Amino acid sequence: MSEPVRFVSRGQVVTVGPDVPHTMTVLEYLRLRLRRTGSKEGCAEGDCGACTVVIGEAVYGRLRYRAVNACILFVAQLDGKALFTVEDLADGEALHPVQQAMVETHASQCGFCTPGFVMSLFACFHHGVTPDDESLKDALAGNLCRCTGYRPILEAGRRMFEIAREDRFTAMEAALLQQLGQLKRTRMLRHSTAAGDFLAPRSIDELIETLETLPDGKSWLLAGGTDVGLWVTKQQRQPRSIVYLGRVAELQQISDDGHAVTIGAGVTYADAFAAIESLHPDFARMVRRLGSVQIRNSGTLGGNIANGSPIGDSMPPLIALGATITLRGRAGSRRLPLEDFYLGYRKTALAPGEIVESVTVPKPGADSRFAVYKLSKRFDQDISAVLGAFHVKLDGGTVREARIAYGGMAAVPARALRAEAALTGASLPDVEAAVAALAEDFRPLSDMRASAGYRLLAAQNLLRKFALEANGQRIRLEAAE
Amino acid sequence: MTAARRPIPHDSAPRHVTGSARYIDDLPEPEGLLHAALHLSDRVHARIRSIDLSAARAVPGVAAVITVADVPGDPDIAPVVRPEPVLAQDTIEFHGQPVAAIAARDLATARRAARLVKVEYEDLPPLLDLAEAVEKQSLLLPPLQLKRGNAQEAIARAPHRLNGELHLGGQDHFYLEGQVSLAEPREGGDTFVHCSTQHPSEVQKLVARVLGKPLHSVTVECRRMGGGFGGKESQAAQFACIAALLAHRTQKPVKLRLDRDEDMIVTGKRHDFLVRYDVGFDAEGRILGYDLLLAGRGGWAADLTGAVVDRAVFHADSSYWIPDVTITGLCCRTNTVSNTAFRGFGGPQGMAATEYVIDEIARHLGRDPLEVRLANLYGKTERNVTPYFQTIRDNILPELFADLLASSDYRRRRQEIDAFNAHSPHLKKGLALTPVKFGISFTTSFLNQAGALVLIYEDGSVQLNHGGTEMGQGLYIKVAQVVADVLGIGLEQIRITATRTDKVPNTSPTAASSGADMNGKAAEAAALTLRRRLAEVAAPILGVPPDGIRFRDGMLQGGGNVMSFAEAVHNAYIARVSLAASGYYATPGIHFDRTTRRGSPFFYFAYGVAATEVLVDCFTGEYRFTRADLLHDCGDSLNPAIDLGQVEGGYLQGLGWLTMEELWWDADGRLRTHAPSTYKIPTARDLPADFRVRLVNGKPNPAETIFRSKAVGEPPLMLAISGWLALKDAVAAAAGTQRVHLDAPATPERVLLAIEAAKRKLAAAPEAVAAK
Repeated sequence: MSEPVRFVSRGQVVTVGPDVPHTMTVLEYLRLRLRRTGSKEGCAEGDCGACTVVIGEAVYGRLRYRAVNACILFVAQLDGKALFTVEDLADGEALHPVQQAMVETHASQCGFCTPGFVMSLFACFHHGVTPDDESLKDALAGNLCRCTGYRPILEAGRRMFEIAREDRFTAMEAALLQQLGQLKRTRMLRHSTAAGDFLAPRSIDELIETLETLPDGKSWLLAGGTDVGLWVTKQQRQPRSIVYLGRVAELQQISDDGHAVTIGAGVTYADAFAAIESLHPDFARMVRRLGSVQIRNSGTLGGNIANGSPIGDSMPPLIALGATITLRGRAGSRRLPLEDFYLGYRKTALAPGEIVESVTVPKPGADSRFAVYKLSKRFDQDISAVLGAFHVKLDGGTVREARIAYGGMAAVPARALRAEAALTGASLPDVEAAVAALAEDFRPLSDMRASAGYRLLAAQNLLRKFALEANGQRIRLEAAE
Repeated sequence: MTAARRPIPHDSAPRHVTGSARYIDDLPEPEGLLHAALHLSDRVHARIRSIDLSAARAVPGVAAVITVADVPGDPDIAPVVRPEPVLAQDTIEFHGQPVAAIAARDLATARRAARLVKVEYEDLPPLLDLAEAVEKQSLLLPPLQLKRGNAQEAIARAPHRLNGELHLGGQDHFYLEGQVSLAEPREGGDTFVHCSTQHPSEVQKLVARVLGKPLHSVTVECRRMGGGFGGKESQAAQFACIAALLAHRTQKPVKLRLDRDEDMIVTGKRHDFLVRYDVGFDAEGRILGYDLLLAGRGGWAADLTGAVVDRAVFHADSSYWIPDVTITGLCCRTNTVSNTAFRGFGGPQGMAATEYVIDEIARHLGRDPLEVRLANLYGKTERNVTPYFQTIRDNILPELFADLLASSDYRRRRQEIDAFNAHSPHLKKGLALTPVKFGISFTTSFLNQAGALVLIYEDGSVQLNHGGTEMGQGLYIKVAQVVADVLGIGLEQIRITATRTDKVPNTSPTAASSGADMNGKAAEAAALTLRRRLAEVAAPILGVPPDGIRFRDGMLQGGGNVMSFAEAVHNAYIARVSLAASGYYATPGIHFDRTTRRGSPFFYFAYGVAATEVLVDCFTGEYRFTRADLLHDCGDSLNPAIDLGQVEGGYLQGLGWLTMEELWWDADGRLRTHAPSTYKIPTARDLPADFRVRLVNGKPNPAETIFRSKAVGEPPLMLAISGWLALKDAVAAAAGTQRVHLDAPATPERVLLAIEAAKRKLAAAPEAVAAK
């Protein structure tokens, strides 16, 4: 028997019945079912931001506003949350401060991307901190505009708080929190539709049990949906069931025992950010370029790991830091080094019925030097051509231990074992032997992101750069600007 | 208070920000609407042996499946040169060419059925490489060659000579709203089409053609586009025609909206160019002789390629006097998507080529490229005739250079950058300052005409319509500002209405930056007609002759008496005077003779200057643009806020073209960058950190344009050439040699490989750079 998905919009609880297929996206639902056409489809893959909506959630008794891409978010993921769209902001004829700022700064031209920008700025508005230029650029990295050149949009972001500090949503927060409280589930959501089911177990035991009941190969695990969403929108695939990890309590946890950080597989990048930053600021800087705000609000570290893509950005730094992952199945848990998880192109060590539960990352010590470098055509929200992560332990200027991992250089995120060996015992910054060994470690491919020649040369140069930085120099574009 | 020349917001701005501005996919769906999808070929070049539609037709919910054989009229939709069949006919000419179209009750069904179309092919050898097309003279059209004096003799005589080759990449439009049309059958066999198009009249013509009907049975409307940039000038028509064919077949309304991947695979882009140059010059870098080949990739069909390559050729002088010159433009045919109009329309490629050559000359001589630019700059009264023999009479570049050199502090920063580079081994800065001179008018002279329709209703409210389309550039508000001022009324009294072929017929595309120039003039003419009529009615009442009446602030004033505009309108109505007027405009005095290759194709020129600074990481080739100073000429701007937006947006779009936007085809001729995940347009971060943009002040257009303004859509895009050449400057600093080569787009990969190549060249032949 099917249970309706329930979420709050415009102060009302919206009930979504079995007539809404389990793979229908929020964008389709808004545009086709509710006929709210303000949110636009620009790419259907979470890269342009024209579909941006804001999700409201109760977190520690407060309402948290987060921008997400509606084009790759399934309707059932809204269960228990509040949804804000561009049509909701103005109060009759009176524009919201964000909207008013956008008009005053001439921040729209063709207007098609504009609703997305408005919603990204609306989320910023509710973070309450007047954004500086850098944080505005971070906040808008997931919104493409082809007309304005962005200058007036950035100006609108600076100006919105001059118009008002609060809006009518601030005033309605208590009522909304109460409504959301009433939507809390005591049993797992089973939204059954003719096309298939959406299941949202609430505990890891419930999850393992649920997986056992499903026929192999016909159901998908869904974490953030930033890749799975595209299987629907781009490949027109339809699973029999979707098992959603976003409500499994154990997967949402982060712990820190002082030596290592453990991050549950269902934690979004946005929620993991502080923990990642505590590992190393360079890791955090890289994560700030991974996807966009919208993607990081949905996507999870666990999803990035389990996906097995050769170009996932998180794996090289995790491997370089010596991360281990915990897998969980019917037979219980097992742990293995992250690099051993990848068996081949999009092939992992996951057994049937097994899931990634968490990743545990040791913190680098005082004798450690660590850096992550991400290379892509565009600085923000671009898939890496090469990503290099470097971690050495030093005795004075001599390398005692080295872990080097790259993305984009092989069929899996991989360690550079020969280069590591050559680096061990080397005196920084002379790393030419290790640089030469990299050519033995990898035979990269040419594709639309980079040629094989560039990949290898850049990978080698990153090692050279790391050697100088580990030796105390700082060679960063953003620092010299 | 007047409306023109004020920074008035875009008329749709409040609707944009609230999500209430409707695009075609947002329109309430008509009863029985069917959704369309395309079957795209997976071959690059092949003969079609057979097409089996049975499986697609058998899908429940499918209403129609059509191929070119089902076209009742003429299936050829070529805008200029045939053949360009609406759906593939006999052969496949590029990977992704649409073969069949499906209409079904919903989009998912249509897309599912589209995949079930079965086509048998016989593969043919494809021609994919541009250089090979040049080699084999695989051309769509005859070349255009401009010639003055004897370039080769002058080059041979010159004290210095350089030659080389350069590749300039293409660019996807990446309008945020993809191609979309909604066609509805109407009574009496008529068809109504909502189309996101820059050229409603051509869509009307081609829909009528494929349906085999006269033009009067087809009406096309476009209220707004979610971006165009040239991509919806000729290439919106194919999808309108397919929607109309399916609507005709099913007698139901049909919507065809491409998804992003289809849009990027099926529609043409900015032409990539292969450039070959041979140049002779003196010790100051003055060009004495110049022989330039500009080979543009037209793709499989001509589309607008002839005019695009013409414009590249016309702009290969950039801003410089070249005494002996030969410029040859080739329209190359390859088995790739048919390239089309894109903001600048070949002009950017022609200008970029010559700005690159100027940079090469300067590096060869060891001089600052700025000095070489100044040495070659067109004069005001001499050295001012273009290679097509048009005399430039409005040159303001000397003043713009002086202004920007001062405001950007170029010379001091040049020294600072050299000093920085001397002490920074791994990060290098680059700086370049380049001009823009862009000819305004369609080079296809007959297109330089426009019409408008102004209706005054009995209550004094006004409806405005013209042939120009709104794609975000602010055309509608600019033209409304003109009409408001002519009639002396407030903008709120004017309702701007959607562009429709049944209001103003036979219009030209909104392109060539000409929208405000031409439609502004046409609307002004209509408004002047109405003003004259109103004045004649009001004159006896106010007791002054008609030409003694001023229209201002919603009033008619004359002889110390006033009458409200609404009252004047009411009087005219009672007096049985027509309150509707059309206006028409044809740009005067332009001509070009293709046989003598001489003429004055441009009504005037728009100018600009930009200086861009960049910082490069020599380990990786990554870079950041740290500062840009832009100074751009809009004459007396009709709307400085709108124009500023065009300048800023054009610059960043140009910077994207020349830096990060890379179209990548695999060895089999398949485009692999067909979504924003793989094709990267600039984000907010890519705007130069310190961005200083000004419009030129106090320089009205000497040509008699609407309120002495200048066209602004395309010219600022080329200000970005300074960013690309700043990268080249940094590459030279990084490599320690002036002999550097940098194709576009200058991705981090190209930058790093350019540094490495130059270093290798230096190591192999250190004497080659001793000239410096």
